Amino acid sequence: MSASAFPPPVPPGPQVRAVTDEFHGDLLEISMGPHHPSTHGVFRMQATLDGETVVKLKPVFGYLHRNHEKLGENTSYLGSMPYTDRLDYFCAMTNNWAYALSAEKLAGQAVPERAEYLRVILAELTRLLNHTCLAGFLLQDTGASGTPLMYAFREREKILDLFESLSGSRMMCNFQRFGGCRTDAPADWLARAGQLVDGYGAFLDEFEALITGNEILLARTQGVGRLSAALAVSAGVTGPMLRATGVAYDLRKVDGYGIYPRFDFRVPLGDHGDTYDRYMIRVLEMRESIKILHAALREIPAGPVMDPKAKLRGFRPKPGEAYGRIEGPKGEIGFYLISDGGANPYRYRVRPPSLVNLTILEDLCLGHTLADTVVILGSIDIVLGEVDR
Amino acid sequence: MSLSWAAGDSVLERAPLIVRDALTRALPEPWRWLANSLLAILVIIGLAGGLFAGLTLVERKLLGRVQNRPGPNRAGPGGIFQPIADGIKMLTKEDIVPRAADRVLHFAAPVVLLAFSILPFAVIPYGRRLVPVELDAGVLYFFAAGAATELAVFMAGWAGHNKYSLLAAMRSLAQLISYELPLLLSFVPVILFAGTLSTTGIVAAQAGWKWGWIPHWHVFSPAGFAGFVIFMIAALAESNRSPFDLPEAESELIAGHLTEYSGFKYALFFMAEYFGMIALSAMAVTLFLGGWQAPLPFLAVIPSYVWFAAKLGGLLLGFLWIRATFPRLRLDQLMRFAWKFLVPLALLNLGTAAFWAATFEWPGALQLVRWALAVGLVVGPFVLLGRRLGAGYAPRTYRYA
Amino acid sequence: MLGSGLLQGLAVTAKNFVGSFHDPARLTTTEYPEVRTKLPENYRNFPFLVSENAEDPMGTLRCVACQICEKECPPQCILIEKSKDKKPDAAGKLQLYPAVFDIDISVCMSCQICVEVCPFDAIKMDQVFEIATGERFNALLLDRHGLAKPNSYYHQIHPAEAAEVDARLAAERQAAEEKARAAAAAKTAAAAAKAVAAAAPAAPPVPPPSAAPPGPPNPGGSA
Repeated sequence: MSASAFPPPVPPGPQVRAVTDEFHGDLLEISMGPHHPSTHGVFRMQATLDGETVVKLKPVFGYLHRNHEKLGENTSYLGSMPYTDRLDYFCAMTNNWAYALSAEKLAGQAVPERAEYLRVILAELTRLLNHTCLAGFLLQDTGASGTPLMYAFREREKILDLFESLSGSRMMCNFQRFGGCRTDAPADWLARAGQLVDGYGAFLDEFEALITGNEILLARTQGVGRLSAALAVSAGVTGPMLRATGVAYDLRKVDGYGIYPRFDFRVPLGDHGDTYDRYMIRVLEMRESIKILHAALREIPAGPVMDPKAKLRGFRPKPGEAYGRIEGPKGEIGFYLISDGGANPYRYRVRPPSLVNLTILEDLCLGHTLADTVVILGSIDIVLGEVDR
Repeated sequence: MSLSWAAGDSVLERAPLIVRDALTRALPEPWRWLANSLLAILVIIGLAGGLFAGLTLVERKLLGRVQNRPGPNRAGPGGIFQPIADGIKMLTKEDIVPRAADRVLHFAAPVVLLAFSILPFAVIPYGRRLVPVELDAGVLYFFAAGAATELAVFMAGWAGHNKYSLLAAMRSLAQLISYELPLLLSFVPVILFAGTLSTTGIVAAQAGWKWGWIPHWHVFSPAGFAGFVIFMIAALAESNRSPFDLPEAESELIAGHLTEYSGFKYALFFMAEYFGMIALSAMAVTLFLGGWQAPLPFLAVIPSYVWFAAKLGGLLLGFLWIRATFPRLRLDQLMRFAWKFLVPLALLNLGTAAFWAATFEWPGALQLVRWALAVGLVVGPFVLLGRRLGAGYAPRTYRYA
Repeated sequence: MLGSGLLQGLAVTAKNFVGSFHDPARLTTTEYPEVRTKLPENYRNFPFLVSENAEDPMGTLRCVACQICEKECPPQCILIEKSKDKKPDAAGKLQLYPAVFDIDISVCMSCQICVEVCPFDAIKMDQVFEIATGERFNALLLDRHGLAKPNSYYHQIHPAEAAEVDARLAAERQAAEEKARAAAAAKTAAAAAKAVAAAAPAAPPVPPPSAAPPGPPNPGGSA
């Protein structure tokens, strides 16, 4: 994009109809949540309806705020690593990597090659499980009584079993360290990962046969929650939601962090930016992740997974600041660290992709019905642990 | 011609009547008729209730197996006592009536709903001589009683004195009324072919086998097949089953018109929904699938009520299968589907049925022409209307950066 | 044609339904608690203290109360108080031991950092998860008696890891013994040379015999 066109002007969104003529009655205000089966966590949406149509929507969150960033100031760098597991609790491995990346930038710490490959493998496995879960949750929200969700979770269990046998815990992995990974992946683990990746294509084919051509799903998701590229860019939306609007911005290509430039994968783009595009982009990204995983599992070299000069305890980077970001499954997850030379960071800030993507919820939902609101929220893919920290 | 009538006097076939007569033989005449009727009512309610309980369990187990899990299997071997456990749970829950609610309507709504859901069972022929009430206008009675259940839905929403449940009740009512029309239009071809509104007459009109092995069921004619499909879709919507269960969706306005109900009354609503499903399936069997007729001549040794039960079970399993697979439609899409797709198709189907009935006597080779024309008249509008309905929705191809 | 996607979906669910009766990949439920899955070796739950033998758990704890794990624990759920006296450890060296070692497992988040930073392999991750209790506070505060488990138990739950730890500790002990022996030999040699030099002061100074360099440690040393 050329400098003069950036940021592009935001086209006006759907207009809220002025309620003045006598055919219209009261507006109905409904609060969906925080206890609600479809809000993906403790999240509240205060919707004002005119009949069935949403004319105003205020998202209310903060119910899961746990002082993550303040805790970061009072905990050592190493001690904050388990807390990053709990941000986006689906994607612990990528959260760990983003934090490790920014601390490594701060301290100028190098990472051995095997560790880089292992990080890529774990990140792509995380992307697979996150997008699979999203497909399941989105279809659950549209009312497919549990069937796609159960298929998605069946596959997710296999990936979680891999994570458990490598790091000791299914979700709260606490696996990345500053300078590499905590433990090495033995050869039989890599073989099991290869088997899982080999079988994943067949699962995706079956899942798509169940859902993607389904006329009811097409009717529920196409044209719903349309997001324009201009609004997405100006709101700071990242991840599959941005790529569904047609903007080719994938940090794995833009930043080329880690060893991603060595892998041959494509970035799928959507044209309409609606819910269906956001869902399909994630399915296509899963197929690209499978390609990356095949390559990484094949090419992973022998060697140490931790830089021998890296220190586990007493990590005290010189005073300075660093922002490390990766393309997490939900978008750009970044950590901004300011060091004052002490054992704890002076400032510890998380850039949560779910929160930034959520800010435009009202723009997406205006003009749609309440049933669509649930579907649109599902397609944004939020995790409240990340939104509220 | 058919041999089925000859095989209709076996002991197994007459067993229910033999038992009934043994119980009431001793009574004098008017009392005997009363006793027979009461027995029939008790048996129907018992069987329908038992089927409801079994259906909830089968639904959960089937959904479980489709979703790669076993379903309930803790209450009794294989989970057999799960419906009893659910019943006990429902009965022991506190019955909450909101203070501002209209108490009479709040109590009456589930009762009225259940009453009108059971009434249609009276005219279904369950076997060769097993129809509780022989009415000349049986089909008319069935759908009239069934339509009265919609009133109870609105009563429930109104009685709660709650803005949200009233809104949800109105949406539910809109859905029910919209799908009444395709439901009723879809079986007019059957009436045309059978020439009678009596359910026993309709079953009798489907007797016999063509060329000795294809039954004369209405579903095997083009207009009848189209009518069957439309009837089943409308039956899904009439009983608030997925994919038309938006009024009850938990991601919607909580439980819709049932928000203000708890405990046993909620169970009654639930029961009435399943009774509606069973009744509509039974009527579909009667109208389109030949009722209690056996599919092949040599299979007529199996009693007629067993065939009826098998066909009914097949249709109910179809309902469950559809529930396990599809997401639900939004309300406006639901209504558009009814008014802009099903109603025109059903009306055009009437024309096809008239053509079919009028050309019954065409000689040998022209039968092929008759079939070709009828199939074209069914498939053509379906494809064209389908294209119109699905315009703008299609799987997409994506580009890469 | 309208409806083809729907029919495809019905085929998939039918395939799964039929498959759930004969294909274990399509009925993936483990009916806990009658059937339990085998936990991977790396699985971690809450920490425990390793003691060398089961007969005297408190006396043979590897922990020397260095308090590193207490400092590194992110939610600060460990409380350690050093003892006033010292006890000989498995290598015979006198060490402090923890008079109080409490972990509040209602706070512990099983992050395993205490295990990583312990220089003495004294605290490891346990795998027991069926520890639900009805009492909310005291039952969730484990003291050193509740936390101590023998090395044999550690071998049971983490066989590969325990074998590696034992080998490393044995090698370290061996190296320490060799070093001590060499230092003692050097000391006696130096004392002998001094005695010789003192006994024959008129004799020309004889260069003291250099201590023989210690041989390589015997790899097959006793564990």
